[in-house]
Amino acid sequence: MNYLVIIIAAVLVNNIVLMQFLGICPFLGVSKKTSTAVGMASAVAFVMVLSTIVTYLIQKFILDALGLQYLQTIAFILVIASLVQLVEIILKKASPALYQALGIFLPLITTNCAILGVAILTIQKDFSLLEGVIFAVSNAIGFGLALVLFAGMREHLDMMDIPKGLKGTPIALLTAGILAMAFMGFTGLV
Amino acid sequence: MNQWKNFSKGLIKENPVFILLLGMCPTLGVTSSAINGLGMGLATTFVLVMSNIVVSMVKNHIPDKVRIPSFIVIIAAFVTIVQMLMQAYVPALYKSLGLFIPLIVVNCIVLGRAEAFASKNTPLSSTIDGLGMGFGFSFALTLLGAVREILGSGKIFDLPIYSEDYVTLLFVLPPGAFIVLAYLISIINRTKKA
Repeated sequence: MNYLVIIIAAVLVNNIVLMQFLGICPFLGVSKKTSTAVGMASAVAFVMVLSTIVTYLIQKFILDALGLQYLQTIAFILVIASLVQLVEIILKKASPALYQALGIFLPLITTNCAILGVAILTIQKDFSLLEGVIFAVSNAIGFGLALVLFAGMREHLDMMDIPKGLKGTPIALLTAGILAMAFMGFTGLV
Repeated sequence: MNQWKNFSKGLIKENPVFILLLGMCPTLGVTSSAINGLGMGLATTFVLVMSNIVVSMVKNHIPDKVRIPSFIVIIAAFVTIVQMLMQAYVPALYKSLGLFIPLIVVNCIVLGRAEAFASKNTPLSSTIDGLGMGFGFSFALTLLGAVREILGSGKIFDLPIYSEDYVTLLFVLPPGAFIVLAYLISIINRTKKA
């Protein structure tokens, strides 16, 4: 039951992009086509789950054990940056097909605040490792959901007659605003 | 003259938020009031200036291959300092900015300036560039925060302007951030062309 609450809260009620404003850069940057949106979402999901596990273990067994909590920011960002590099190298060798699909998105992920955000939130919310993993997976789903929905809408927007002043970024932000309003409807679900 | 150009480009012509669209997460996430926007802007400015100075001083000693990771470590160190200072001296603001303080590390503006400007220029120009970009960012966040606060809670910097019976709560909620920013950008695009 507890796990179900975490999932619904992370995917719908507190959607990481639309309600918490994490990972806005890829949300606006790679949402022009549905296919790239799916690629980005899967790359983020992959790294998010992996980095949450690794940072959780580092926090519990190194930082907490040695009383070095103030090094959290530095340690986490380094771990995420090297993890992304590692994933890139391993994917290139082990699964060239997957690397082809995710490759161009991986370097961008280091500076995706959703990854670091979820890692820190997992610690702040005092989750167990299993809860942390479920939290990361559901946030990844929430990110993918928002990204793919948004990309689908932007594909349609391309064919619309938009007022001159709103072309480009403004109309994209307005669309995101309306999407966020729709997600507000989930408030009170948990 | 040249230094003035370095400083002023960040304010309007290359404003990180309105024109370059960098650092969107804190821009949208913390601007439910003007004071939050200003606080976030100044915290980012501090990190930006300090990391610009350090990066421009050590640029010749860092091998090209490990450039980016080294920059990230420098930035993360200053973010930790800001985090500790704010926790000690402005705990209320620290609490309302929450997660977005450690997330200054991954703010594209800071790394972007380190890579695009500080790694090629002198410490003096880098300081001025950092100040200009930082003030441009703070200006954008304060403006966005002020508009949302006026529309959404009838106040500005916590001073009441009109009765709370007439406010549109939506503007201090997440969708309001997207909508207000959309119109601010379109207004700025419009004035730029004219």
